[in-house]
Amino acid sequence: MLQQIEGSRAIACGIALCRPEVVCAYPITPQTHIVEALSEMVRTGELENCEYINVESEFAALSVAIGASSAGARSYTATASQGLLYMAEAVYNAGGLGLPIVMTIGNRAIGAPINIWNDHSDSMALRDAGWIQLYAETNQEALDLHIQAFKLAEALSCPVMVCVDGFILTHAYEQIEIPEAGKVDAFLPPFDPVQVLDCMDPVSIGAMVGPEAFMEVRYLQHYKQLRALEMIPEIAKEFSEQFGRDSGGLARPYRIADAETVVVALGSVNGTVKDVVDEMREEGHLIGSLCVVSFRPFPLMEVRACLENSRRVVVLEKSFSVGLGGPLSDGVRKSLSGIALRGYTVIAGLGGRAITKKSLKGIFAKAEMDELELLNFLDLDHEIVARQIMRERETRRSGPIAENLLKSIGTVASRIA
Amino acid sequence: MSLQPVKFYQTGTFTVGNRLLDESLRTVQANMQRTNSLNSGHRACQGCGEALGARYAIDAAMRATKNRVIATNATGCLEVFSTPYPETSWQIPWMHSVFGNAASVATGIAAALKVKKKSDVRVIAQGGDGGTTDIGFACLSGMFERNDDVLYLCYDNEAYMNTGVQRSSATPPGARTATTPAVGIHPGNAFGTGKNLPLIAMAHQIPYVATASVANLHDLEAKVEKAMGICGARYIHIYVPCPLGWGSSPSDTIKVARLAVETGLFPLFEAEHGEIVSRIPIRNKVPVEEYLKLQKRFAHLFGEDRSAIAMIQEIADRNIRKFGLEEA
Repeated sequence: MLQQIEGSRAIACGIALCRPEVVCAYPITPQTHIVEALSEMVRTGELENCEYINVESEFAALSVAIGASSAGARSYTATASQGLLYMAEAVYNAGGLGLPIVMTIGNRAIGAPINIWNDHSDSMALRDAGWIQLYAETNQEALDLHIQAFKLAEALSCPVMVCVDGFILTHAYEQIEIPEAGKVDAFLPPFDPVQVLDCMDPVSIGAMVGPEAFMEVRYLQHYKQLRALEMIPEIAKEFSEQFGRDSGGLARPYRIADAETVVVALGSVNGTVKDVVDEMREEGHLIGSLCVVSFRPFPLMEVRACLENSRRVVVLEKSFSVGLGGPLSDGVRKSLSGIALRGYTVIAGLGGRAITKKSLKGIFAKAEMDELELLNFLDLDHEIVARQIMRERETRRSGPIAENLLKSIGTVASRIA
Repeated sequence: MSLQPVKFYQTGTFTVGNRLLDESLRTVQANMQRTNSLNSGHRACQGCGEALGARYAIDAAMRATKNRVIATNATGCLEVFSTPYPETSWQIPWMHSVFGNAASVATGIAAALKVKKKSDVRVIAQGGDGGTTDIGFACLSGMFERNDDVLYLCYDNEAYMNTGVQRSSATPPGARTATTPAVGIHPGNAFGTGKNLPLIAMAHQIPYVATASVANLHDLEAKVEKAMGICGARYIHIYVPCPLGWGSSPSDTIKVARLAVETGLFPLFEAEHGEIVSRIPIRNKVPVEEYLKLQKRFAHLFGEDRSAIAMIQEIADRNIRKFGLEEA
């Protein structure tokens, strides 16, 4: 049934349909509405047979999920930004133990400076923790990916992060199809754990492993990711058959058949990118785009197949690997081994900076002329940067950077170009 | 004239002799019924108080629950010496996640058991003093505050022993550790304000808090068994000497633990819902020197300036007053 509903609420409905047995919650913007909605569903009895636990930190949230999952319960939590970093140790632990926890990330920037708005710095910081990472393009896909995520996580015994752009998706109201419970039950079998704490058959989980087997444990994590490369398309296909719409998969190309320029991006910005592609196509530009859904495992072969016939690739990144460039570009580069084409990284939308069609069109046009640097920053205000650099040169005690920049800008801190 | 009860004590101590007790009350090292939850063959040091405390505590919990116990373990000596891959000494379902989250992982297990309607299975979380009073403190307090159905056992050996004897917030004043060396004008650990975790646990008004010692295994077992009969958050703080870290003889582990009780430095008591309900009185008060002199970590206190010893004696005396430990 189609409903006009907030993204977070829709995600919560999707989670509830998966019948989680333990949900642990700690508030952090912008994921909070998801766990708020779930708490209500548990209280009203709409979500039955579920323990909802208000914990004292994100570190505890994931730790409770680790315990619950080890005892055989389907477990869920959600976080964002600083919260994901605060639980980082437990994120690696769940990955290393192979516990099929599903966690929503309401993608948000990481401080300092403290910032509540959207970018991908948080989930990118934990990209190597042994979790599968799926990025939703729309709220419909965000809901659908959670249903697929539980199936994938439990089939592989591997945790999955579903990454949803903060505010842009989590707080957007739109028409979303909430699946029927019976269909979800048919799609997602009950959780049958591969390891469980059981008094009748005691095991030790989390033993110390030295150099004699640590590499092998790590390799087996990678092996699960390789298996996921096969399973993600299968699960997406099965989902499509069951629910009558396409969601998920490894990566989705858009108008790339004869494209000379292909834009690669993660998450919700693909909507804007596709609009720009359409407009530029109208004007005769040979441009297309590629939405990467699965960032871990990274679909090297699929990305390669989509890019190998183009002349240049523009990787649009909402995260910034300071001192180098962008993590998505690293994967794209690797996928293109042996193929000669021009590659540009465009860092955009950090800390919620609006990514406008106008700006994208400008930078894609420059890319077509091969007038971009290897690393570019969309709508960076060079003037206030230069002013701060000058200030630092002139005065030893130049003061806190964030305050200086805000003074430079004046009263309006967030502006749309 | 009515008969007076006769008390039999082991020679030179005030502990009731095992062989003099009724058979059902005896603490037995080895018999066919004992679960040996923490099996032999692990890699604890000679004279390890923690291995002894854990073995008695978990076996007592197993007896009380008809062998339905799941345990979590913080990173630390107990975790490392009991589970070097691919070996494990644990005969129970056991889980180690990370250093600071043993209480939260236990909460998760308890939640899973509740939702699976396995109310007969009980959950225990275990940690050393570092994993409890320092890095795991937030998770522990959260578990208390929610009154989750978990018994938390802290094995307190008063420093980070697994990493090589560094100071924790449970390290007593004056003690030498690798990060509070016995040099300078104030050698050893500073005389701070202390961090008494049993009292902090009591401040959460949880159903049961107790302190116990490996010097009094009957009492330790009784407290664990009592705790397993209660639902909600429970906390037992167990005093476990560490010969390696304290510089005491492995053969003196029990003696050192007993002296900590008899000096008043480690009061034994029970509390329910934030109120102290029982205490073990000190029959024969011993000066703190007797306790300190057995441990090299306090050796530097016995120079010309004995003022630190006097300050430690004040702490012991205050404990005796505060907890009412003088035998009436």
